[in-house]
Amino acid sequence: MNSFKMLFDSEIWQEIFGSIKKNKIRTIITVIGVLWGIFIYVVLSGAAKGLDNGFERQFSNVAINSLFVWAESTSIPYEGFKIGRFPRLKLDDVEILKKRIPEIKYIVPRNARGTFSGGSPANIVRGDNSGNYAIYGDYPDFIKIATKEIYEGGRFINESDIKNNRKVCVIGERTLTELFDLEENPIGQYVRIDNVYFKVIGVSVFRQGSPFDSDSDVFIPFSTYQNLYNTGNKVDWFNIAAYENADVVEVEKKIKSTLKRIHRVHPNDKRAFGSFNLGEIFNKIFGFAKGMTFLSMVVGIATILAGVIGIGNILLISVKERTKELGVRRALGATPNEIRSQILLESVFLTISSGIIGIILASFVLALINYNTLDLNDFPYTNPTVPIKFISLALFLMVALGTIIGLIPAQRAVSIKPIDALREE
Amino acid sequence: MLELKSLHKSYKMGSNYLHVLKGINFKVNEGELVAIMGSSGSGKSTLLNILGMLDSADKGSYFLDKIEIKNLDETKAAKYRNEFLGFVFQSFNLINYKNAVENVALPLYYRGISRKKRQTEALNFLQKVGLSNWSTHLPSELSGGQKQRVAIARALVSNPKVLLADEPTGALDSKTSNEVMSIIQKINNEGKTILVVTHEEEIAKMCKRVVKLKDGLIIEDKYIKQKLL
Repeated sequence: MNSFKMLFDSEIWQEIFGSIKKNKIRTIITVIGVLWGIFIYVVLSGAAKGLDNGFERQFSNVAINSLFVWAESTSIPYEGFKIGRFPRLKLDDVEILKKRIPEIKYIVPRNARGTFSGGSPANIVRGDNSGNYAIYGDYPDFIKIATKEIYEGGRFINESDIKNNRKVCVIGERTLTELFDLEENPIGQYVRIDNVYFKVIGVSVFRQGSPFDSDSDVFIPFSTYQNLYNTGNKVDWFNIAAYENADVVEVEKKIKSTLKRIHRVHPNDKRAFGSFNLGEIFNKIFGFAKGMTFLSMVVGIATILAGVIGIGNILLISVKERTKELGVRRALGATPNEIRSQILLESVFLTISSGIIGIILASFVLALINYNTLDLNDFPYTNPTVPIKFISLALFLMVALGTIIGLIPAQRAVSIKPIDALREE
Repeated sequence: MLELKSLHKSYKMGSNYLHVLKGINFKVNEGELVAIMGSSGSGKSTLLNILGMLDSADKGSYFLDKIEIKNLDETKAAKYRNEFLGFVFQSFNLINYKNAVENVALPLYYRGISRKKRQTEALNFLQKVGLSNWSTHLPSELSGGQKQRVAIARALVSNPKVLLADEPTGALDSKTSNEVMSIIQKINNEGKTILVVTHEEEIAKMCKRVVKLKDGLIIEDKYIKQKLL
């Protein structure tokens, strides 16, 4: 009878259950070893996945491969210019950058007041309500880099708004509640921005926990902004998104050196242009999450390994304990193969059943974690799950290890000669 | 039924060889009840191990029911043991987590007989040794004599050609020894060939033939008047 056939033989299972039932304490200790291993593995990798998902949710409204570039002041004299000059980003830079750097997918010039870039915020009045809010001059492509959602019924700025210098605006959620009455539909209504009437065309959705979002920002077309604040060709900063497969760090370098050439800044001047490379930071964060996943996998697999080795150990002891029994079985006609398969199947059976219990327990714990982090908004944690792929890997690993480890006691059991096993002490 | 021709066996003990069997010639016919006697070190256990295919001889030949037993691998030896031989040990060697009937049924399991059939057969043989009321008891719940009777039932269940008993009464008092021996005699009278290794004269007298071993040689081989129980 070969081992494979024996797998489907109810008799061998009765023998195995008999031996497992008889050694209850041994069995329980063994099972706990592997159970704990797989439990740790699943909970850890599930938790890491939750963190990963959390980060992904947190940054889902920003293009991952994006960066900001702005101008600061020069620190090296160049071509007759003194240091401390403030180069100005211009609208014309857009075409040049696009032409010279093919990795750029979108480049969006932005102007703003009342934010980190300085300037006084816009005073917005509607009826008796008024307030000061940060205001942005934007191109339609902006929502392709920072995926802004607009509440139903509204829209973001479009090309024709830009072309016609339309006085339209998108307002934030807080702006809406502060300027409008409850239940009032703001779309199509007018507000006064720094004494000019603007038509509200949309309300942007505020995403909690996102680091680049505010609930009160007001967006108007770039061209309208130019006229309203008399900014001419000046651009405060560029939002740039590179193609997914591009190296953002490299793209950032190219953009800066191109800007230096355009604005006649010394090539080695590190302070003339500032930048914030989201892509690089995302890579670091996702790298961290990946690292966590990897770490939890390593820890989990090591724990499983320890558990399986424990099984092997205990089986080895039990084989020694059962030397006489195995000798009797041999004398009664058990072939070495049958003995080997029995010990091996015992090992694999113990491993798998404890593994499955471990997975079930771990799923409960993950479900509990999920339930408790369901409405957690300021901490990046979402839906801690373990991909089936990982579970199958763990199960496969357990069967493989259970077999390999089981081979040691099984081989030992076979190597004992029946005559030695039966020798009267 | 069973024939040995100039059988030799030696064991390596460090750098020396211990010559245990020095040419055994021995023939047993069907239906005999043979006592193999000898002090410890005489080679009687080695002889029994070779007869039981638990060990192999260095030289000489061994025929069992006209089949030559040689160059056996473990798998084949297991098959032969299962089909041809029944073992009874001094310390019973029952499997302690199996009850009486499961113990008796074990050889049939290794023969690949179905569970139901094993159960009926095992119960039959338990009845034969007078233990049908104890079939569901674990060995720990049985007396020494009862355990040995279970062991005899287990040795007989596969209907072997030869029953090998190694000091079957060694762990029993004289009253239970007699009980066990009377069962052995009864089985023998039904035609089973039985070899009993013993060092007790009393037990040897209950057999039909006594073979005495000393220093690896047969020094006496005679038929005696059996003391029937």
